[in-house]
Amino acid sequence: MTTSPSDPSGTSDPSDAPGTSGPDAVVDLAVVGAGPAGLAAAVTAAALGLTVALLDAGTRPGGQYYRHPDPVLGAARPEALHHDWTAFAGRAAELRAHARAGRVRYLPGHQVWSVTGSGADWTVHARADEAAARPVRARAVLLATGAYERQLPFPGWTLPGVVGAGGAQAMLKSGLVLPGRRVVVAGSGPLLLAVAASLAAAGARVPAVVEAAGYAPYARHTGTLLRNPGKLVEGAVHGGALLRHRVRPLLRHAVVAAHGTGRVEAVTVARLDRDWRPVPGTGRRVPCDALAVGHGLVPELSLATALGCATRTAADGTVALVLTPGLRTSVPGVWAAGETGGVGGAQLALIEGEIAAHTVAGRAVPAGLARGRERLRAFADVMGAAHRPGPGWTDWLREETAVCRCEEVSAGCVREAVTELGATDARTVKLLTRAGMGWCQGRMCGPAVAALAGDGPAPDRRPLACPVPLRQLAELPPDTPS
Amino acid sequence: MPKRHSSDVVIIGAGVVGAACAYYAARSGLSVTVVDRGPVAGGTTGAGEGNLLVSDKEAGPELDLALLSTRLWRDLSGVLPPETEYEPKGGLVVATGEPALKALRVFAEGQREAGVTATEVPADRLPDLEPHLAPGLAGGFHYPQDAQVQPAQAAARLLAASGAVLHLGEEVTAILRDPAGAVRGVRTARRELLAPAVVNAAGTWGGEVARLAGVRLPVLPRRGFVLVTEPLPRVVRHKVYAADYIADVASGSAALQSSAVVEGTPGGPVLIGATRERVGFDRSLSTEALRRLAAQAAALFPVLADVQVLRAYHGFRPYLPDHLPAIGPDPRVPGLHHACGHEGAGIGLAPATGALTAAALTGAAPPLDPAPFRPERTYGPADDPTQEQQS
Repeated sequence: MTTSPSDPSGTSDPSDAPGTSGPDAVVDLAVVGAGPAGLAAAVTAAALGLTVALLDAGTRPGGQYYRHPDPVLGAARPEALHHDWTAFAGRAAELRAHARAGRVRYLPGHQVWSVTGSGADWTVHARADEAAARPVRARAVLLATGAYERQLPFPGWTLPGVVGAGGAQAMLKSGLVLPGRRVVVAGSGPLLLAVAASLAAAGARVPAVVEAAGYAPYARHTGTLLRNPGKLVEGAVHGGALLRHRVRPLLRHAVVAAHGTGRVEAVTVARLDRDWRPVPGTGRRVPCDALAVGHGLVPELSLATALGCATRTAADGTVALVLTPGLRTSVPGVWAAGETGGVGGAQLALIEGEIAAHTVAGRAVPAGLARGRERLRAFADVMGAAHRPGPGWTDWLREETAVCRCEEVSAGCVREAVTELGATDARTVKLLTRAGMGWCQGRMCGPAVAALAGDGPAPDRRPLACPVPLRQLAELPPDTPS
Repeated sequence: MPKRHSSDVVIIGAGVVGAACAYYAARSGLSVTVVDRGPVAGGTTGAGEGNLLVSDKEAGPELDLALLSTRLWRDLSGVLPPETEYEPKGGLVVATGEPALKALRVFAEGQREAGVTATEVPADRLPDLEPHLAPGLAGGFHYPQDAQVQPAQAAARLLAASGAVLHLGEEVTAILRDPAGAVRGVRTARRELLAPAVVNAAGTWGGEVARLAGVRLPVLPRRGFVLVTEPLPRVVRHKVYAADYIADVASGSAALQSSAVVEGTPGGPVLIGATRERVGFDRSLSTEALRRLAAQAAALFPVLADVQVLRAYHGFRPYLPDHLPAIGPDPRVPGLHHACGHEGAGIGLAPATGALTAAALTGAAPPLDPAPFRPERTYGPADDPTQEQQS
């Protein structure tokens, strides 16, 4: 078996490491997710003397944010597409050291489908591709499950060539592939500038960056902004990069339709009013061969809500976990860090991972970490409120526009369930129309269905956090009869 | 001052039983109001598989109710829109060994006398009905009367067809009584709904509604998990289950019981249900329940072992200690009717329950003898009193 120094999964068989002594040993902490929050939590907890299991769906640590090319692609400088690469590289090196020393049982390629238990006795069930993964037992659990992209449907969004903004970024980071040669970037949120800059730097033409929000809400919070100079620099870097490529963001506009036969050939961009309603007569066509579109991120909470963790509606309109300053959820024994507590970016996630590791270990939280978290959370709230979708966006939809792509449920179908059949929430729309019952289990259509149902965002109800082969369920160890 | 509305009957519960009561009451000429604290099909209906089964019921009052319902569902399928997905697919009960097959023969003989069509299928003919069944089964029985609907759609379409006035998202906080003690309507946070008759179709929460009227109805929750696979081409044609299921349905034990009922759906996914356990309203995932369902489904249909389970969900069946629903007027409170406690058979038994309720409301002759379902009957002790505390 060949091992690569940049690949901690290949260092040694972690299961025979001394500190975590065998695959069935109960660890102090199971961390779900090896993105910025989970990675930081795992290495910090190990440094504080805890035994840790780190389970991650990906094959390499870093999550969505620090996504990097497979070593076989031979990328010379994967860091070129990342800020703060050193923060990641340092922790990845620590992870390798802890795994070698047996303090961390690192389990890449393990997608967790359920966490069960209570108090100080938890079982983490994961699927691994080869076979049913052995359940991991732990005294505490940290959920660092990250986020996925918020999509708001529009006519034509199912055409080939329409990709998620985050998806376009991921394609670049992991495969160094461009979604097209002329790429319109649209949606809302700070990711758009980063995506447009990356695409332009990688050689794509970006005819327009279309941002649904205005930047005015930021101006009302200059104090918060000034306490976050790092974020300002980040914005200026992207802005500067875009100016070099002669791209200027179009504020208070949205892509309200994509056109093409077989593939996107153009989009219609229209001006929006305050509530994100398209202003009649302002639409104009922009030719392109790809569209990267996204409206920020949605916390991935399937595991947390299945455990009964309390939720709140965050400033950006998504559902996030209620957390204490020490990052405990409302369920004793379960912690969360990073995007699960409200989308706030990688820098905040790193800090939160370290804070959670301290409180799990029963240590005082270093004051610098607490201050950093407070400052970045305040910034995330300002940003979230600025980019929260206005209620008028549903005016983009036509009756025949697909809302749920997996089950091919149209906006008209959803509206009928609400107006004619007595659905007053997203769950009942799902029961009546199958919207959200397909492969993605409502991750793609959830925000749209909730908006059409006139319902606030509802916490996820996914007792299985991901698909599981039937055989793996059938081969679970049976409960000992009581 | 809350607003007041008057109708002939107020039905509490917008699940499939409440919807069927509304439909048949309206067809009998009554003006109907339906009130529910949640949306349509928000409780056990929305967690159901849509089973319309006669095969799992032994000869007796529940089977009579099921047979009447079978006829009524067939009639309804001509009236309700196709989204209801009525499918008379038939059931196939298989026996894993010779003793189970013998027991099944006795069981089916009793059902035949009550009017059920049950045809024995020898082991070598099983593949004609279900090509993907595991080899080595002892034989089985085919029940052509078993059928299926999409439960949430069935409830919503019945309600729409009833023309009833709907108040959703409004919890009933009081049953209004006149000085003589007779029912005169219900109160919600937003209004008073006046009517000389109130139907308790609150399913698993029917005991709470009864309490509002000052009477006891010992409805208990019995949890069930269902697994849903990825969409598949039609690999399962009937409702297929092993004969053990019948023993589980009739059992009142609190312990986890399971024998997988496997069936395909028009949407493509295969449904695998359902466990039965009495754990109160516990919403946490039981991996043991999932394990047993998955193992049993794979034992019946080995081809399913390699498919993906996309989701799992649970519901709480409304359960009365003697395993019969409570249907009819409650002599303790004039004007109060009950239509709840159907356990796992509410979708199937809904039309007959609606027809019985409508007859009781209008004084018409009942379509079958309602006496076994009298709400004020003696239920006897719950099988496990310690579990009852959790309801």
